[in-house]
Amino acid sequence: MSGSSAVADTAGEPLVRFDKVVKSFGSLVVLKELDLAVAAHEKVSLIGPSGSGKTTVLRALMTLEPIQSGVIYVEGEPLTHMPRNGGLVPADARYKRRMRSKIGMVFQQFNLFPHMTALQNCIEAPLSVLGLGKDEAVARARELLQMVGLGDKIDRYPGQLSGGQQQRVAIARALAMRPKVMLFDEVTSALDPEVIGEVLAVIRDIGTEYKLTMLMVTHQMGFAREFSDRVCFFYNGAILEDGPPEQIFGNARHERTRQFLRAVLEAQ
Amino acid sequence: MKGPPSKAFFVGYFILVLLFGAGFTWAMGAGRFLPVLGQGVVVTVEITLAGACLALFMAFLAALTRLYAPWPLRWLATGYIEIFRGTSALVQLFWLYFVLPQFGIELSAMTVAILGLGLHVGAYGAEIVRGTVAAVPKAQWEAATALNLGGLRTVRRIIMPQALTAMIPPWGNLMIELLKLTSLVSLITLADLTFRAQQLNLATFRTTEIFTLVLLCYLALSLLMTLGIRLIADHLHARYGRPS
Amino acid sequence: MNDIFNFAFAIQILPLLAKAAVITVEMTLAGFLLALPTGLLLVSLRLYAPRPIGLGATALIEFLRGTPLLAQLFFMFFVFPLWGIRLPVTAIGILALGFHYGAYYSEVYRGGIESVGRGQWEACQALNLGPLRGFFRIILPQAIVPIVPAMGNYLIALFKETPILSAIGVAELMQTAKVIGSDTFQYTEPITLTGVFFLVMSLISAAGVRWLERRVKGVHR
Repeated sequence: MSGSSAVADTAGEPLVRFDKVVKSFGSLVVLKELDLAVAAHEKVSLIGPSGSGKTTVLRALMTLEPIQSGVIYVEGEPLTHMPRNGGLVPADARYKRRMRSKIGMVFQQFNLFPHMTALQNCIEAPLSVLGLGKDEAVARARELLQMVGLGDKIDRYPGQLSGGQQQRVAIARALAMRPKVMLFDEVTSALDPEVIGEVLAVIRDIGTEYKLTMLMVTHQMGFAREFSDRVCFFYNGAILEDGPPEQIFGNARHERTRQFLRAVLEAQ
Repeated sequence: MKGPPSKAFFVGYFILVLLFGAGFTWAMGAGRFLPVLGQGVVVTVEITLAGACLALFMAFLAALTRLYAPWPLRWLATGYIEIFRGTSALVQLFWLYFVLPQFGIELSAMTVAILGLGLHVGAYGAEIVRGTVAAVPKAQWEAATALNLGGLRTVRRIIMPQALTAMIPPWGNLMIELLKLTSLVSLITLADLTFRAQQLNLATFRTTEIFTLVLLCYLALSLLMTLGIRLIADHLHARYGRPS
Repeated sequence: MNDIFNFAFAIQILPLLAKAAVITVEMTLAGFLLALPTGLLLVSLRLYAPRPIGLGATALIEFLRGTPLLAQLFFMFFVFPLWGIRLPVTAIGILALGFHYGAYYSEVYRGGIESVGRGQWEACQALNLGPLRGFFRIILPQAIVPIVPAMGNYLIALFKETPILSAIGVAELMQTAKVIGSDTFQYTEPITLTGVFFLVMSLISAAGVRWLERRVKGVHR
């Protein structure tokens, strides 16, 4: 079903690979033997109706949800299993943390720590997890907050920032950990229309500046079309169609895809 | 007049109580009772403070045990909470005061008061701690996971500060309940405000004046505490914003 | 074991304690039945009366909630006779419980009423339902949902505060236990049994309140 047009990196191995991943909540199967490969530096948009599994893909990759079967590979290594004696066993905490450090995520509801300033939000993890010195962590955080346009608000608390500003802090916070893959879970859906643009601009900037690999679940079709290298249309727990934006938006192969796009674009 | 009374109301009420108390004392010539009642107030405040310390300690101990300890200890913590919440404060005080001596353990009235009230209020406090920790949104845990913060660090730096902020209003109300509970110690012959009132009444029979003043004292103290809680809670909300 | 707890003695005093327990339950119910309308009156004055009276009602509520039940009880016990009001101790006990918890109930009512969003009142107006019908058919059923569990919990709290009435000699359970203790110098059995009685009753009632809460919620889903 998925014609994977993944462009492999020079080593030939995709950065992220889902191999027949099954995820269910009780009796409800949300991901049905999903195969997906994402190459380094690739920008992939995941679109589709709600409940089709696209957010679950991100959450499984961020180890927020366990998977029932199949394997997720990051940089060629399995995410939640360790190789041992020629087979795979469930990973221990240390291994999971090592793997998790390669992934960063920005949430729909921002999820900033309300009792910490923007700066403190951005230095907390680098200090304790990466073991950076205080000065180094602060310098890095300042630079990132400057980059997302909030250099003058580093000492504000989330409660004192607008939605768009909070989301930009969230992006800076995730970037401070220098992940290999950045996940964006409907990051503009909770924002007022007039601030969506500023957040999308930031995503565009960091995408080009840092040449990050990005997976974005989004309803912003215009942005997906203009910014992604590749778009995956999810339907019913599987990728129905997968190709460059020109194909998906201009000349989709499946009727379902076209139906979905018509409905979304009409609403916008 | 919707919503809980405003801070202004409590300030006004407090001032009114002080003025009325002063005027009443002067008008009724009750000034000579103030020193004795004052001694009672001191004891009341002492028991409240000491009881509060014990309650805080027990509450965190019991709540954290229930959340993170192995099951035999968890069972013990639950037993403590259920027993001390499920029985009367007065029954608990009487038990400590009258029954323990039958087993050879004679505690002073003050020890019984602090121990009994501290354990009683601590059991209620444990539920506050547990409730506020559980009420921290799951999304905060997920954000911490996304940043690869370890479990202990997440609890210490992310979860507990938020729980502590949310805990302050219910804990404040619990402390006011504790203040009111201290009046029970008069029934185990401890010389708190209520006890002094009865003492004075027996001595002078100026019943109305004495008991009015006593009620005004308690009212003033609880209004003061209510104001204090409001100020702290409002300050924290101003700084951190309402939880989303 | 008999050194710690004399079961024979315990069984011997059980009938006495049981009779007193009935008094405790009666006092609880009487106090509860007084508290319910008292709270309603207070909250109505507080929310709907002209401002000065409303403020006065709020002040009265905060006074009753902010001072100990024991102090209020003593006030009534010692001061009422001076004003010519001579009541039996049980009556004083019921009045004290009723007023003190009436103040708590006024807050429960207020919480329930305020929890029904403005939109509901506006919908009533838009449908021309009239204030009385609107209140009883639309607002009240929705206000009941948060009120019932809070009401149940305060009833349990009221029940657990009845031993305070022993301070003015009401012959309820705690008083009876104390009398047995001071008569026989055996305090362990009567006071422990009293504690067990309250514990068991409060656990059963708490489960009952939770059941009631689910029932009331279910009706509204």
